[in-house]
Amino acid sequence: MRYYDKLIFECSKKGRRGYSLPVRKYERTLKELTASLCRTLALGLPEVSEVDVVRHYTNLSQMNFGVDTGFYPLGSCTMKYNPKINEEIAAMPGFQALHPLQPAETVQGTLRICYELEQSLAAITGMAHFTLNPCAGAHGELTGLMIMRQYHMSRGDFKRTKVIVPDSAHGTNPASAAACGLDVVVVKSKENGLIDVEALKQLLNDEVAGIMMTNPNTLGLFESEIDAIARLVHGCGGLLYYDGANMNPLLGVVRPGDMGFDIMHLNLHKTFSTPHGGGGPGSGPVGVCERLLKHLPTPRVEKLQDGTFTVLHENEESAGQVSAFNGHFGILLRAYSYILMLGKQNLKYAGRFATLSANYIKESLKDCYKLPIPSICKHEFVFDGLIDDGSKVAGEGNGATTLDVAKRLLDFGYHAPTIYFPLLFHQSIMIEPTETESLETMDDFIEVMRKIAAEAATNPSYLKSAPHNAPIRRPDETTAARQPILKYADEASVN
Amino acid sequence: MSKIVEGLLYSESHEWVKVEGNVAVIGVTDFAQKEMGDITYVDMPDEEDEVTAEEEFGALESVKASSELFSPVSGVVKEVNGALEDEPELVNQDAFANWIIKVEMSDPAELETLLDAAGYKEFIKE
Repeated sequence: MRYYDKLIFECSKKGRRGYSLPVRKYERTLKELTASLCRTLALGLPEVSEVDVVRHYTNLSQMNFGVDTGFYPLGSCTMKYNPKINEEIAAMPGFQALHPLQPAETVQGTLRICYELEQSLAAITGMAHFTLNPCAGAHGELTGLMIMRQYHMSRGDFKRTKVIVPDSAHGTNPASAAACGLDVVVVKSKENGLIDVEALKQLLNDEVAGIMMTNPNTLGLFESEIDAIARLVHGCGGLLYYDGANMNPLLGVVRPGDMGFDIMHLNLHKTFSTPHGGGGPGSGPVGVCERLLKHLPTPRVEKLQDGTFTVLHENEESAGQVSAFNGHFGILLRAYSYILMLGKQNLKYAGRFATLSANYIKESLKDCYKLPIPSICKHEFVFDGLIDDGSKVAGEGNGATTLDVAKRLLDFGYHAPTIYFPLLFHQSIMIEPTETESLETMDDFIEVMRKIAAEAATNPSYLKSAPHNAPIRRPDETTAARQPILKYADEASVN
Repeated sequence: MSKIVEGLLYSESHEWVKVEGNVAVIGVTDFAQKEMGDITYVDMPDEEDEVTAEEEFGALESVKASSELFSPVSGVVKEVNGALEDEPELVNQDAFANWIIKVEMSDPAELETLLDAAGYKEFIKE
């Protein structure tokens, strides 16, 4: 990787142009603007030639790391490979030229894809219906909670303002509940990492709107008492919300609908291979059981008796509108392509191989890294730092930390795993390999992780100064947070 | 080993209280600042805001995490430590010297529910 860190402004040379604008034939029409509204300073735009622009952005793009450049075991994010056939289909001219306000009769094929994707997601998850409208995972959570609230309110049950969230939950869960105007109540996990059902019982009453759960949970463990949990929560009149962030290992194996969940979201950018992170946008479809259909947001695609499709815009009992149109269609199309490419018979291998890969790495490293919960995991697992961190007295002194391991991994061309999350442990390293990595890729990663553990034991200071081969060493995150510089201003060009 | 100051009262959510007549001077403990790491922002209430025992009155943000601050007592905020607005790192430098708010207590009996130095020392050992 070639080091490059210029700003486009630093490439600027006064008077340089990439192309010439046509001579202006018309007078300015902004004369009526008062002086207070007119800028007095120069715009301060960079002045560069075409080749400067091309080199600048090409160089920057080569500093990027993505699934297309290397292994990306970022726990809880399911950074699986994004098949190129998805891109090919999304780039077809018929899809590219669509407009969201086109009359339904001119976009029957598009509506059919939305409808069939909803049906496929429903079949995969065991839910009755889906909305494709939410534009991200957390947006899906908010939508799901709005549906939950609407359900209780439509029954005249206004007391239910509490949402139970396990202490192992994704941070977005309590945030979404608070954004929806609901109060968060935390239920603790037991030593084995699973929800404490006895503690949950104490929290249940007629003020509980529902519970939000991830299954498998953030530790990659399957909540084996889900049956009992569902009975208890339903028994007190609450609903069960399933956070689909960890759906990958369950693909074709178990369905949230069968576990008793009433509402759920999926992250198409995790489980269904659409671009994730900077390559987004995301997409967070929400599924519901039959009795909640009427509360789904609008607009909704509906199939008419004659087999044609229409868009339903109004529905009095709906939780409302959560996005301008039917979600990010280009992303929905990629997920549809992924599902059809694998088919029902192959989708189940995605979940099984994701689980196998995670367990393979976990078992291959547990003699070097602390494994606080030794049971079989699903798609991801959590280490609690190094077994031998190189400090003279165990647990004290200047031993190598999880941060040091993560920084050292960069030297070997890997994206670091998720670190210091979940908060249940002090030195969490959360690894999720996904099913799209080969045995050879995983073996190389295991070898590097073992090498780093050996370095930590003998020479922890070498880890503390890592990365040694990356373009930059350690950015000063504290100063960046305390005194952020948020804009570029070249005084000379502005004045 | 975290520093603990004798003569102060402590909450289980890691705030300390120094009682000065009817006023409670409130900060976070050395243990809390160590757990948080480099603090980058202290979110504080306004003067004359009301606070309630065991309820949130602000938050600490660090490079690692964000954590709510809970008031050990109920009352009215009489003073906030403005120095922390520009220099949140003061909390890292000395968590006991750099108080966060001063509260005029409405119910000093609430102090009885707090831990003493020995009790807090025992609490953070667990």
